[in-house]
Amino acid sequence: MTAAGSTVLDIKGLVRAFGGLVAVNGLDMTVGSGEIVGLLGPNGSGKTTALNLVSGVLRPDSGAIHFAGHDIAGMATHRIARLGLGRTFQLVRVLDGMNCAENVRAGLAFHPARFARGEMDAAAIRLLERVGLKDSDQRMATELTYIDRKRLELARALALKPRLLLLDEWLAGLNPSELLIGIALIRSLKEEGLSILLVEHVMDAIRSLCDRCVVMNSGRKIAEGTPDKVLSDPAVIEAYLGAPADA
Amino acid sequence: MSAMRLAAALAACAGLAVLALLPTYVDAYYLALAIGLLQFTVLATAWGLFSGPTRYVSLATTAFFGVGAYTVAVLGELLHWPLVLLIATAIGAVMAVVVGLSTLRLSGLHFVIFTFGLAELIRQLVIWFEVNKSRVLGRYVFVDITQKDIYWQLLVLAVAVFVIGWLIARSRLGFALRIIGEDETVAKHCGINVTVAKVTLFTISAVFMTLVGAIMAPRWTYIEPSIAFNATISFEVVIMALLGGAHRLWGPALGAIPLTLLFEFLAARFPTASTLIMGVIFLLIVYALPAGVVGLWDNFRRQWRPQRVEQGAKA
Repeated sequence: MTAAGSTVLDIKGLVRAFGGLVAVNGLDMTVGSGEIVGLLGPNGSGKTTALNLVSGVLRPDSGAIHFAGHDIAGMATHRIARLGLGRTFQLVRVLDGMNCAENVRAGLAFHPARFARGEMDAAAIRLLERVGLKDSDQRMATELTYIDRKRLELARALALKPRLLLLDEWLAGLNPSELLIGIALIRSLKEEGLSILLVEHVMDAIRSLCDRCVVMNSGRKIAEGTPDKVLSDPAVIEAYLGAPADA
Repeated sequence: MSAMRLAAALAACAGLAVLALLPTYVDAYYLALAIGLLQFTVLATAWGLFSGPTRYVSLATTAFFGVGAYTVAVLGELLHWPLVLLIATAIGAVMAVVVGLSTLRLSGLHFVIFTFGLAELIRQLVIWFEVNKSRVLGRYVFVDITQKDIYWQLLVLAVAVFVIGWLIARSRLGFALRIIGEDETVAKHCGINVTVAKVTLFTISAVFMTLVGAIMAPRWTYIEPSIAFNATISFEVVIMALLGGAHRLWGPALGAIPLTLLFEFLAARFPTASTLIMGVIFLLIVYALPAGVVGLWDNFRRQWRPQRVEQGAKA
């Protein structure tokens, strides 16, 4: 199941335990260039832990993570970010004490490619427009609605000029019309050539966005393939059965 | 707007000139009071430089202050004064880097307790050294520094702390610290080396505290560890910065000035109960003014801002 073209992210034998609980247990997966890969699994199956291992929040006990030509397993988060890894969080994290433009500038200012002061403001406004927050640069982050907070967080992640974007349930909690907007936004990012690894429970989004899916259960990979294939896989259905139904 | 800035700059220069000439027309009591005011203005502003954006409450002020004072007590008679200050700066900076690297990974409450313990640890180390090695418990500071000299040095230091604070606020470092204060995880994911940013600012802040201690040392003529490492200073500085509002550069000064005057008054009128009253004031500040005097001012401005924006749209 190797992706066509070059590989952006290559995870091999990733293990991380919390005491006796092995949250991620020998995970192998890849994300190819320009590909959207879905990371699925019931609650507590280790998806967010896997993302935290990739973005450097947690150190793996063993295993290798190759990203953009570097072994990033155990590397400090800020160095991984500077290599071009942007991410959003399961519980939205925006900088509430700042306005929207400053939130995006947070992503722009510490990137290896420096901006002149004027250019940075223009770039921030462009990114806000890109995610659908036109004319919001001076609004405080606290004034935003839930979907707009998600957009702002996405704009900050995009400010890093990521080679890989990690989206942790970015579409969760959106209403049906917002969901369509969100899906269209993510698809447009893929069309720009961005590689995306997304953790998601919203099945419509997975079917319409993902080129490939990896399904985890109890820290292990139990299936991999196209969305239709893995979602009809008996092992996957069994893993999800009994779990609370997600909306 | 630029006319207003120019006026503010002129007013600041005029104010500075008045302050610089102050020692020539006030008596010794008011000079001592002015020294106290400047001392706490610099300490509280330096404290706010680091603790304002990061929201780490440090009780290590007296550790750095005391180290500065002791540097003067030990070296003051041996070396030229500027060299003594330079050495104090270096010692304060090295100590801050070591302390910063080992503690700034700690979160919230652990950091507070550690910094409090640090001051006590250093005090005990100094006592141990003085008793066992140098065999003195107190030291006399005989240097050729007058009260006026102390005042002028503190004034220069106060200007320096504001200028450097202003520059930091406009720098990438200042922006990084604001992001760290909001959300450290986000800061890391924005590519910010949070350890370097925090330790750098902690060190800058600590150097100012050390220098205040060094400059103030000649005032006492006699120094012992309990004077130099007085934990009350750490608490007073926190109270002052919180009253003023630590999230703005000029906030802590707004707390330092009234509270220095108040503590001076309390120490004179109620020498036994002054600590008790200080505690009550601390509680009142935290409950009634969580964002400090500056917070009140910001609220006031926010209420006026919508009108200004409207006017801007018409223009």
